[in-house]
Amino acid sequence: MSFDVLISQFLGGLSVAMLLFLVASGLTLIFGVAKVFNFAHGSFYMLGAYFSFQAINLFNNFWIGALAGAIGAGLIGMVLEICFIRRISGREEEGAFQILLTYAFILIIDDGVKFIWGPAYKTISKPESLAGALTVGPVTIPTYNLFIILLGLVIVVTAWYVLSRTRMGKIIQAASTDTQMVGMLGVNVSLVMSLLFGVATAMGGLAGAMAAPLRTIAPGTGVEIIIDSLIVVVIGGLGNFWGALFAAILIGEVNAFGILWLPQWASLLSFAVMIVVLIFKSKGLFTREQGRKKI
Amino acid sequence: MNHRLETTALWSAYVLLFGGMIFVKNEHAIHIAAQIVILGLFAISFNILFGNTGLLSFGQALFYGLGAYVTGMIAKKFGGDHFLWALLLVPLVAMAVALVLGALSLRLSDVYFTMLTLAFAQLVWGITIKWYDFTSGDDGIQAIPKPEFLAGGLHYYVFAFLVVTVCLYLLWRLHRSPFGTILKGIRQNPTRVNFLGLNVFRHKLLAYVISSCFTAIAGGLYAGLDGSIHPDMFVWTMSGGIILMTILGGMRSFFGPIIGVAVFVLLEDVVGRSTQYWSFFIGAIMIVVVMLFPKGIVGVSRQFAGLFAKKGDPLEHS
Repeated sequence: MSFDVLISQFLGGLSVAMLLFLVASGLTLIFGVAKVFNFAHGSFYMLGAYFSFQAINLFNNFWIGALAGAIGAGLIGMVLEICFIRRISGREEEGAFQILLTYAFILIIDDGVKFIWGPAYKTISKPESLAGALTVGPVTIPTYNLFIILLGLVIVVTAWYVLSRTRMGKIIQAASTDTQMVGMLGVNVSLVMSLLFGVATAMGGLAGAMAAPLRTIAPGTGVEIIIDSLIVVVIGGLGNFWGALFAAILIGEVNAFGILWLPQWASLLSFAVMIVVLIFKSKGLFTREQGRKKI
Repeated sequence: MNHRLETTALWSAYVLLFGGMIFVKNEHAIHIAAQIVILGLFAISFNILFGNTGLLSFGQALFYGLGAYVTGMIAKKFGGDHFLWALLLVPLVAMAVALVLGALSLRLSDVYFTMLTLAFAQLVWGITIKWYDFTSGDDGIQAIPKPEFLAGGLHYYVFAFLVVTVCLYLLWRLHRSPFGTILKGIRQNPTRVNFLGLNVFRHKLLAYVISSCFTAIAGGLYAGLDGSIHPDMFVWTMSGGIILMTILGGMRSFFGPIIGVAVFVLLEDVVGRSTQYWSFFIGAIMIVVVMLFPKGIVGVSRQFAGLFAKKGDPLEHS
């Protein structure tokens, strides 16, 4: 196998990985920091794609579409958090009910999308400024994929900076560790959590809008992406952005090279990777085990 | 209503209702009833793990599909006369698989356990689809033969009903046994169970193996129902559906899950025929259940019955 093929396969895998990371970064925020098991995160991804499709049809501008995808998904996410998810927090078996509730969101959003936009596939095209391709020596990479890779890097740095270097981030982290205590210090924790949920679903929506030119927009795409993003979040360790980035690249590259060497079994490799990781590191790759207190 | 009365009432209702189906002449109704008892066995055995022990597995479809494929593939290859012993083989295969997967996944806590069970089931689903020569892949297996005396909707229903009833009786005895009580203890306070000198991991593993074994029997029974099985029996939406039905019925009650299954299957039959937006309605119902009736149908009935009772909180039973 020639070197060029390997390089272009690697770059292909990297842009898939970054799309995956864009979805997973929102999920890891909800899952790891807000402590909500949001099964419907993929549906916000799908909603983002549909909103951007609609906005592009109206305004004929890709960037307005991307903005509409993010804001639309974020607003809906926040409304759902305030109306439903917040109201079941603190219950016994909270996790199971969260799964159930967000599973219901999946069903409703999927059918809602079918109802509004119809079951047929939709497509949007890349923005003209990014439609070309970049050729370096023997390797060619579409500019749009390069942009996705850069966007992923910007998001991971921003998220890391906001969460660990700003006052807001500290409040969020503290609220995630001890909700009651932070509440007593005069912080409106439920508002913080709603905003966090909104930001996370907006990230999902943005990912959907960004992925739309490379993939098709259709009902059911949210369900397809959720399992892959859950894998990334779990491998990376809940709430860990750098971990999610690494896991996304791992999954993306394993798939990209799996296609070359094991074409028939490539689609199973993500699950195999997660199983191997969890068997050896029971809390994901980048979570420190806190002593031994297991029974 | 006291607990003993409730149990007697539910057992009699089960036997009368599903036993009485034998006298119903309607093929469609019998088919629906067969689906309810088979999925009911799946849901009740799942609830041994979930409602009793507090372990949320998102991969029980693995054992449902396993039972179906063991039965289906043997019967398809060797002929209908081998259907019964294939069905007998199912629990053994399932227990062996569950022992290995359980030992690997039960070391993990909470969400990681859930995700690992999900990954195992998805992996098996993928293998079933891709390994065309062995499993005939995405086509599934059609026209699975059965022995003569099980041919026809009614005969097969009687058979399935009897098998399920025996299984439910065994599971019920287990539920009421000291072992069942230990499982409840593990859900409520594993540390304490450990201090009592009991091995928490071993009990969890046993619960996992038993639950998976009965789930696989349900899958084996399903293979004979329509004589048609598909890899989608392994997929995560199958496990998800069972979780929903269990919570809808009531996870703190032995019979709750099968009530959830019955409501779900009947709704699907009625609503599914009149609208294509069936999952929208399911989603809406689920939201109502989660927000307003988290104890499920059985929980609501207990609350209602409690209004007429003299004393005690009816919700305390589990």
